[in-house]
Formats: sequence, C-alpha cells, structure tokens
Amino acid sequence: MLTYDFMRNAFAASGIVALVAGTVGFFLVLRGQTFAGHALSHVGFAGATGAILIGIPALWGMVGFTVAAGLAMGVLGERLSGRDVAIGIVLSLSMGLGLLFLHYYTAYATQVTNLLFGNVLGVNRDTLWSLLALGLVSLAALAAIARPLLFASLQPDVAEARGVSLQLVSLLFLGIVALTVAASTQIVGVLLVFSLMVGPAATAMRLTSRLGTGVALAAFLALAEAWGGVALAYYTDWPVSFCITAFSAAVYFASLLRR
Amino acid sequence: MSAIHLDHVTIGLGGRRILADISLTIDQGEFIGLLGPNGAGKTSLMRAILGLIRPSQGTIRVLGEPARRGNPAIGYLPQMHRAVAGLRLSGWNFVASAVDGHRWGLPWSGPALRREVDWALDAVDATDLARRALADISGGERQRLLLAQSLLGRPRLLLLDEPLISLDPHHQQHVLELVRRLQRELKITVLFSAHEINPLLGVIDRVLYLGHGQAALGSVEEVITGPVLSRLYGSEIEVIRLGGRIFVMANGHDLERSEHRHDAHL
Repeated sequence: MLTYDFMRNAFAASGIVALVAGTVGFFLVLRGQTFAGHALSHVGFAGATGAILIGIPALWGMVGFTVAAGLAMGVLGERLSGRDVAIGIVLSLSMGLGLLFLHYYTAYATQVTNLLFGNVLGVNRDTLWSLLALGLVSLAALAAIARPLLFASLQPDVAEARGVSLQLVSLLFLGIVALTVAASTQIVGVLLVFSLMVGPAATAMRLTSRLGTGVALAAFLALAEAWGGVALAYYTDWPVSFCITAFSAAVYFASLLRR
Repeated sequence: MSAIHLDHVTIGLGGRRILADISLTIDQGEFIGLLGPNGAGKTSLMRAILGLIRPSQGTIRVLGEPARRGNPAIGYLPQMHRAVAGLRLSGWNFVASAVDGHRWGLPWSGPALRREVDWALDAVDATDLARRALADISGGERQRLLLAQSLLGRPRLLLLDEPLISLDPHHQQHVLELVRRLQRELKITVLFSAHEINPLLGVIDRVLYLGHGQAALGSVEEVITGPVLSRLYGSEIEVIRLGGRIFVMANGHDLERSEHRHDAHL
C-alpha cells in the first residue's frame, strides 16, 4: 500500500489535517459553534471555484474566502449568535456563487466532485507542503490563544470582567477555524468537513470530562479515523471520503451507547 | 476605606436611566443583600463596579480605587450559561479556566495553579464534586463551582449575581450559609443579589434595594417598608410581616414571588 507515491501522500496529508481538525474541532464543539464551521466550508466552495476560474490554486481561494468569512463572523460576534438563518442564507449564497463560477469554467465536472467530497488520493507534493504550513500556523495560533479562549468560552462574563476581549478572542478563533476548514476540505471536501472537525471532538467529549485528555483524544480519533478511512478505501476501492465519514459516524454512535 | 463608594452615580443603558444620581457607601466586611424588581439595575450596578459599564456621571470607588476592569480584588459570580451547564467537562477544568485566564498562551496547570484551584474547591466543599462533568451535577452544585471560581485570587469583595436562582429552598439555604461562612472566615465584603428578601433574612447585614433609578440602603427594618418601597416601585406597596417572613404586596399580590416565578421560566 505504501509503495505508491499517491498513497504515501494521502496518508501524510490526511494525518496532518486530522490532527489539526481534531484539536481545533474540540474547541469548536466546546463553544457550540459547529454550525459556523459548517458554514465556513460552504463559503470556501465559492472561494475555491472562484480561484479555479481565475487560474490560481483552489486551496488558496478557499483559504482567502474562509478566513475573510471567519473574521467577519468574529467581528459580528454577539450580533450573529443565534442568527442561524443569516448564516444559513450566506451558506446557500456561497454554494450558488460557486455554481456560477463553475458555470463559466465549463470543462471540469470532476473539479466539483473533488471540492464537494474531497480528493485525498490526488494530493501532490506542493499541496502537501501547503497543508503542513496551514496546519502548523493553525496549531501555533491556537496554542497562543488557548488560555483566554477557554476562559471566554466557559465563563464569558467573568472573562470580560478580568479584561479579556471576547470579540478579539472570537475573531482569532474563527480565523483559526477558517484555516482548518480550508485544510480539511482538501481531504474530505466541503460537504463532509463535519466528519473530521466535529465527529472526533464530540466523541472525545463523551468519553472523557478532562480537558487535556479530551483534546488529545479528539486529535487521536481524527487521525485514526482518517488513516482507517484511507486504508479501507485502498482495499475496497470505495471513495476515501465515504470511508472516513463511516468511521467518524460509527465511532461517534458507539460512544453514545456507552453508559 | 470603604469597600464600595458611589458618589452621585448615574448609569444609563440603551437610552434608559437605570440609576439616577445615587450616592452610597458599603463598608468592608459587610454582607449586603441586593434587591429590586427585574430591570432595576442589579446586574448593571455589579457590571459598573467591575468597570464594564462606565457611569455617565459620578464616580465609583472600589476599596479606595476608581472602578476598573480586571481589578483582581473583586470576585464575580455571574449566572452560568445554559450551553456551558450542559457540557461534559469536569468541574475542575471549569474552575481552573479562570486562573490567569486573561493571559495568552497554553493553559498549563502547574503546581501553583492546582493548589489555588484545590483551595477554592475545598473552601466550598466541592472537591469531590469537581471530578464530575458539569452536565452530570445539579444546579445547586454548579453554583458551588461558580462560587469556588469567584474565590480564586483571594478577592476582598465578592459580587454574587442571583446565586439562588432556580434553586429549591433547601439548596438556597445551603448556598447562603456557605457564603456567610466564607465571608466571615475570609473577612470579605459580599454584594448578593436576589429576587426575594425572605431567604436572606438573618443572614445579611444590610439591604440595598433598587428601583425606578433610585436606591435605598439600610437595615431590613428601615428599607423593607411601605413608604420606601412605594417610592422605589413608583406605585402603592404594602409590606406585611407574618411569622418571621416578609411579603411585599401590590394590589393584593406578592410582588417578589411572582417575579421569581417569572424568571425561573426564562
């Protein structure tokens, strides 16, 4: 299996992304912002298709759009919380825009499938390096804001009284989420980002109530599910993204059966 | 030096005057019950003392210094958000997140941090409780965690915002006795807001009653009277004392009780 170059790249890419998505996803679940993560991936679709249309790598179009949208959500902050309708409408508009961009770039039907459902077997060396850079930036930024992020998520009123800027923390965190979403879509696509960012984190939270253990477990589960998915796809010839989502869902539902 | 000193303070919120030209002094070591109808400004007063709301006029001094955000001498217990109360995260981690939570970086829990958290949990008898997840404990038990959190950093002034809300009378009494004990042992000043005067009777030193932009501070006998409350509510209020309990009535129905019920359903 590992004799093939594309398989080695697939394992490396999905491994990098899974570790970052699991870790960042834990805080996303903790803050109850999973819908924001979902919405950001859809905004990324418009960015990616727009990038393809003007001839730059889809990944960077994705990063540009998700980060811009993530920061916008962070700035609107409290005014946006509970506004699921507004987020939902922007989400639909982004998918519509993506469709429009593809309409003008007629040749590529496979591009759509790759963007929507991921194409980890098509990851090349350049993309791999880009993913590594994105992952390192995300984790470094998360490490830098982890303490006030945790404080602001669990005890916003006290954090504010202690001098934490809730808006700045929210802004920075959604920027990190945006980078992670952009990286995750390279593996599982726009529509299935939940399987790497939310599934493992939600499972970890059901299995332990300790913070450090929870974060580590979320990262580990994401890694195991991603690699398990790639391996299963190799032996069965089923799509990788299906295999990852299947593992993610199976592990989550198994955790629900516990106690 | 007084614990809290308000000098001709006016606080407006969204074009509405919540407190109008209030002057009062709370001494160190006092246990003050903060009462008043919904929207009277109990939370706003606390937020102003914390430096989160700036008065449009007048000055607020806390332990001799002007009110400012991030004052480590103040411990604050707000109401817990419903989403947080449903998390499967340990009480220990919840309380620990407040230690140095304003600093950037990773939340490493070193020995000093662990000692501080363990001390605060022990002070409210929540050491065993803190091993369990927030979602698995009762509302009264979560209040004890919040109380532990407010003690971190050994504050000299505690602002407790409705710690009795949605607790049954038994748990209310438990929380009150706990706060009273801590207040005496640690020699701190407590501002304790509540909907109803009765649970606080015999525990508080003085009462601060807010309403209609005005405030009355004094003993229960001085403040909880028909004339004073009629002024604060802006309508005719009758106060009935019966068997050691006090009923605040307007047009024959119990005001405090109906508001408490109203809020518990929010």
